[in-house]
Amino acid sequence: MSDIFPKWTNKLPLMAGVVGAVLGVSVLAGITYYFTPKYTRVGYQPKQPVAFSHAIHAGQIGLDCRYCHNGVEKAWFSNIPAAATCMNCHSQVKKDSDKLQLVRDSFASGQSIPWVQIHKTPDYVYFNHSVHVNRGVSCVHCHGEIQKMDEVRHEKPLSMSFCLDCHRDPAAFVRPNELVTKLDWKNEGFDGKKAVHDWKVQPGQSCSTCHR
Amino acid sequence: MRKFLAYFLTFWALAVVAVVGVAGLRGSTSRKPPLEFFSDMDHQPKLRPQTTAKFAGFADGMSSRLPVPGTVARGSAFEASEFNTGKKADGSFVDAMPVPVNAALVARGRERFAIYCAPCHGAAGDGNGVTTKFGMAAVAKFHDERIIKMGDGEIYNTIANGKNLMLPYGDKLDPQDRWAVVAYVRALQLSRLGKKEEIPDAVRATLK
Ligand code: HEC
Ligand code: HEC
Ligand code: HEC
Ligand code: HEC
Ligand code: HEC
Ligand code: HEC
Repeated sequence: MSDIFPKWTNKLPLMAGVVGAVLGVSVLAGITYYFTPKYTRVGYQPKQPVAFSHAIHAGQIGLDCRYCHNGVEKAWFSNIPAAATCMNCHSQVKKDSDKLQLVRDSFASGQSIPWVQIHKTPDYVYFNHSVHVNRGVSCVHCHGEIQKMDEVRHEKPLSMSFCLDCHRDPAAFVRPNELVTKLDWKNEGFDGKKAVHDWKVQPGQSCSTCHR
Repeated sequence: MRKFLAYFLTFWALAVVAVVGVAGLRGSTSRKPPLEFFSDMDHQPKLRPQTTAKFAGFADGMSSRLPVPGTVARGSAFEASEFNTGKKADGSFVDAMPVPVNAALVARGRERFAIYCAPCHGAAGDGNGVTTKFGMAAVAKFHDERIIKMGDGEIYNTIANGKNLMLPYGDKLDPQDRWAVVAYVRALQLSRLGKKEEIPDAVRATLK
């Protein structure tokens, strides 16, 4: 009997245990780390058809976001401006620049510029810009410091837990409503708790708030 | 056993390095669209604004459509009233705005002015906004006598339909907001036209 299994096989259960544990923990760690919008979305920075820079327009020139995204206070959707908006200035500023060829073409033809959409919630989620920006929630919480970006980059995960982290306790995120588009605003003595109470800010947490 | 563990751990370490090497770290910048492990019902056959509509059969593929000629959207300003056009029935510009001017209207006008006009016309309407440093030329000064004497309706019309080198702002400002901006332009002009006697005594005493 003694020769059928060599002696080392006595350690087989131990080896299997060690291998199983190490592999199991690694796979779990990998899934937690990678299978989340923090990995899949954050950092997405597609190449845009026109080399438009928020750092120049919103940062250096200091245009308000609503000069271009003028629907953001009124609609669920924050519009990308039409070429006519660009031509307000670029009919005179850098009017012969090659970088603006597509803008001029689009202005002449009415065909939209094929901007690549970066932020997008799944189609089963109901999102609304106007409820947020009219309640003192700034763009910066959901889009990062756009006014410093030459190319827009997906900064925040926009996952369900990201939304809920704020909906459960918005006090740290609200600011006076007229400062919503001042992305570099620093809170100096504004009492968010009081504002949430006084303005009766009550972001819903039930499923039907965002899945309807 | 020891040897086996050594082999196994080497293999494991290589595998981890390979996975991290290929997949990268969280938050690293990527040109590729986000991965979707399970795409659930993320993409439903419905139209979203400003996208390319593949199924809808529009020749140009744009999901946001321009109004069909001869139609008006609900709630849009189509009536040829003084409020909507800034013009009287005979086509001349109205002199005084057809909305009550109060503090709320001017405050609204001030906010809208800062967003849509100040980049060119400057915060005080001097025609020296930030874009003039980059080549915007011929920007009007609101303190010119011609514009001070202009009827409210004509300024309204410039906002709604543009004038010469200035493109229209009617798509960004609805009629109520256009009047609000006109009210604020008037306030800016008045701020330079006031006389010393009009300042309340208490305030005048503090001025030097
Ligand atoms: C001069 C016009 C202009 C101004 C001002 C402007 N934007 Fe934009 N924005 C654009 C254009 C054009 C795009 C599409 C191209 C791109 O993604 O870079 C865009 C894209 C974006 C996107 C990404 C959209 C997507 O596809 O997910 C965000 C977010 C955004 N803007 C936020 C802001 C914020 C916040 C501000 C104010 C600080 C601002 N923008 C000011 C013109 C403007
Ligand atoms: C309020 C005025 C204004 C508006 C509106 C505006 N821009 Fe600009 N843009 C500027 C100025 C000023 C510069 C910087 C010019 C310089 O550096 O000399 C600039 C620079 C640029 C450049 C770089 C050009 C080059 O040759 O270096 C691009 C590209 C551009 N803008 C695209 C756009 C697009 C696309 C839009 C519309 C979404 C837009 N701009 C709207 C004022 C404007
Ligand atoms: C509470 C979070 C939140 C806030 C605050 C917010 N956004 Fe967004 N934004 C989103 C989400 C989520 C999307 C994706 C929406 C979708 O599914 O189309 C988005 C999309 C956008 C887009 C892209 C639209 C498109 O389809 O290309 C722009 C532009 C934008 N936001 C601008 C702004 C601006 C400007 C502000 C501030 C005035 C702002 N957002 C404030 C969450 C937010
Ligand atoms: C930084 C804080 C913050 C984040 C992040 C945020 N929200 Fe909100 N949300 C609010 C506030 C504040 C309100 C306004 C509540 C009110 O009006 O009383 C609100 C309201 C809403 C409403 C309207 C609720 C109603 O009762 O009609 C919806 C829908 C919503 N949020 C969806 C989302 C989704 C989806 C996300 C994630 C993409 C998100 N929100 C992320 C703060 C936030
Ligand atoms: C504040 C808004 C909000 C509320 C409230 C909310 N959700 Fe979500 N939910 C989201 C968003 C945003 C996503 C998309 C997440 C993503 O794309 O990463 C989502 C995704 C989901 C998904 C799909 C997850 C997946 O990856 O397949 C399920 C299931 C879901 N929610 C169920 C619920 C249930 C059940 C509730 C109530 C307990 C609820 N949600 C409440 C915003 C919300
Ligand atoms: C992109 C730059 C720009 C912006 C933004 C802008 N304007 Fe102008 N505006 C001009 C220029 C350039 C002229 C000179 C037009 C001409 O005479 O060729 C002008 C002229 C005018 C005039 C004088 C028209 C006349 O009868 O001679 C008025 C009034 C005016 N603008 C009002 C406004 C108001 C109100 C806003 C905000 C809603 C605004 N503008 C935004 C560039 C701009």
